Amino acid sequence: MSHANVAVGAHSQELSEGSPFSIPTKKLVMWLFLISDAATFAACLMAYGFLRNATPDWPKPFQFLPTVVNAMVMTFILITSSLTMLIAIRAAKAGNKSKAFNWMLITAAGGIVFAILHIREWLGMIGEGATLFHNPWGTAIFGASFFSITGLHLLHVTGGVIALIVVGLRYRGGRYNADDIEILGLYWHFVDLVWMFVVPFVYLLNVAPTH
Amino acid sequence: MNSTQDHGSLARDLIVYVAILVIAALQFVIAYQHIDGAQMFARMLALAMLEAGLGVLFFMHLWMETRGFLIFVAVFTLFVLAAMNYLWPDSFRILVGAPFSSYH
Repeated sequence: MSHANVAVGAHSQELSEGSPFSIPTKKLVMWLFLISDAATFAACLMAYGFLRNATPDWPKPFQFLPTVVNAMVMTFILITSSLTMLIAIRAAKAGNKSKAFNWMLITAAGGIVFAILHIREWLGMIGEGATLFHNPWGTAIFGASFFSITGLHLLHVTGGVIALIVVGLRYRGGRYNADDIEILGLYWHFVDLVWMFVVPFVYLLNVAPTH
Repeated sequence: MNSTQDHGSLARDLIVYVAILVIAALQFVIAYQHIDGAQMFARMLALAMLEAGLGVLFFMHLWMETRGFLIFVAVFTLFVLAAMNYLWPDSFRILVGAPFSSYH
């Protein structure tokens, strides 16, 4: 065997080493994406916190009805959709394709209801005059930060719903397996986790004071 | 590769689900407490971190992964998030013309 062959052999052996941390590569990539996405949301929330802290006339416009109740319902739906996703993953791991697919559709339905409630909330605020560049309750930056953060989250929910339907259909058709459902589940749970920070900081800290 | 990874029981998932719902409900209760804004923020942040911790460990099954991966995710994420906190003193400077230490 020549030196060149030995070198190539060693190189290919190097390439075929196991995945870092002994987890599937696709799952590792999803985790890395989620870590970077967490940094994105954290940066948005920090920028919001900075602006809120540095603005003396920051408004607190959210009334119990409709905004806080709406946020409660949205939170319940999103957390429950995480549970239905877990049931879908469990069914997929057990090899029960139709059950897994059905629970994925239920999860997607939860995401759709969440998005509808969110858009209704937005339309209500827009109807009161709040936009990206204007806010009837005080500083304009309130509208910019509110719509930016909730919009970024809504974008993630919408992407998740599309992914749930597409991956679900391909899983049922045999192109994807249970591991793919689990990896998509990581994304869906992450969207749920982000909402757990958006609700207290963007909604609940801006609740209108009661006397 | 651990595609046959144990994901625990459904009963445990339900317990974590209920715990997260209860913590979320507590946040709504805190929003209507007559307390200082900084205190309200601190309580909400603590509860949000608790919720996220439960979600990451048990819903996303990080607890079931190898210890090395758990430490990698935790250290890497927390470092990045902690490093973003350098900006707060400046937000107080804009508000009162003095950094946080002088503000109090």
